Amino acid sequence: MDALPYTTTVRPDTGLTSPKLGIWLFLASEVMLFGSLFSAYALLRSGAPVWPDQSATLSVPLATLNTVILISSSVTMVLAWAGAASGRLSRYRLFMGLTLLGGALFLVVKWIEYSDKFSHGLYPSTNNFLALYFTMTGLHAIHVIAGMVVNAYLIGPGVRMWTKDHLRFTNRVEIAGIYWHFVDVVWIFLFPVLYLL
Amino acid sequence: MNGSPSSGTAHAVQIRGYLAVFAALLVLTVVTVAVASLDLSESATVAVAVTIATFKAALVAMFFMHLKGEKPLVFWSLGLTGVLFAALFAFLLWTEGDRLVGTRFLDAFGNAPKTAPSEGVH
Repeated sequence: MDALPYTTTVRPDTGLTSPKLGIWLFLASEVMLFGSLFSAYALLRSGAPVWPDQSATLSVPLATLNTVILISSSVTMVLAWAGAASGRLSRYRLFMGLTLLGGALFLVVKWIEYSDKFSHGLYPSTNNFLALYFTMTGLHAIHVIAGMVVNAYLIGPGVRMWTKDHLRFTNRVEIAGIYWHFVDVVWIFLFPVLYLL
Repeated sequence: MNGSPSSGTAHAVQIRGYLAVFAALLVLTVVTVAVASLDLSESATVAVAVTIATFKAALVAMFFMHLKGEKPLVFWSLGLTGVLFAALFAFLLWTEGDRLVGTRFLDAFGNAPKTAPSEGVH
């Protein structure tokens, strides 16, 4: 018996499984959440008589490293899904583990960046740019943590579903992956906007 | 892109595709950093950076998020999101447009306002 319908079968009226539709609607709301912050950035910057030199205030090398880390973890996530879809548990575990490692490394680098700013007396209250920087990257980091919790579940207790209902498990990995890639997409925009422009 | 790969060959092709996208994303990251270090005008730097970021995001969405070949309802939802996202920035441009393009709004007779807003009495 299945409490939730259309987890693996396509719902005729939407043409999609319900989790697939659900994740895309959720991500649509996420686009607007981050969009509000990006538009706040554009408004505050265009209205400011002076603006700090962003690439001199922040560390471009560390941010570039984090971009590479997050893109790599997106690749390992999609390879974990491919491993699950082809029924290779060891491959799934390897790549999902690497994805978790990528998320953890990203947060470590972010923590190093934040500590460096604080040690130089740079806080969200220092100026509008730093307020936006900490708000946007902080919200993004919360999203990284949320994705890691889901991925940890899918490599930990959640992997029991591998034998019980393999197709449903594979779909869960795909949905978690779509979220994880979205977190990557947000960083792809945050990196140039906050560090390079 | 919803189902499982049907054979080992298809699986290998799919993984090669993901690795190609990975390589493209890394190259574009290097290009983004390199272009920012050039001494281009501010508007050119913004245009290049946003264009490359959009292209990278499209690669991730199409291939990693399996948007390529996805059902119409997903595209309709994302299309509506795109319209609302554009509206968010359009409102902003309307409020800031005069400053950004260096012009002032004209009065009903086509003349520039006689007094600057900051000279008003409060």
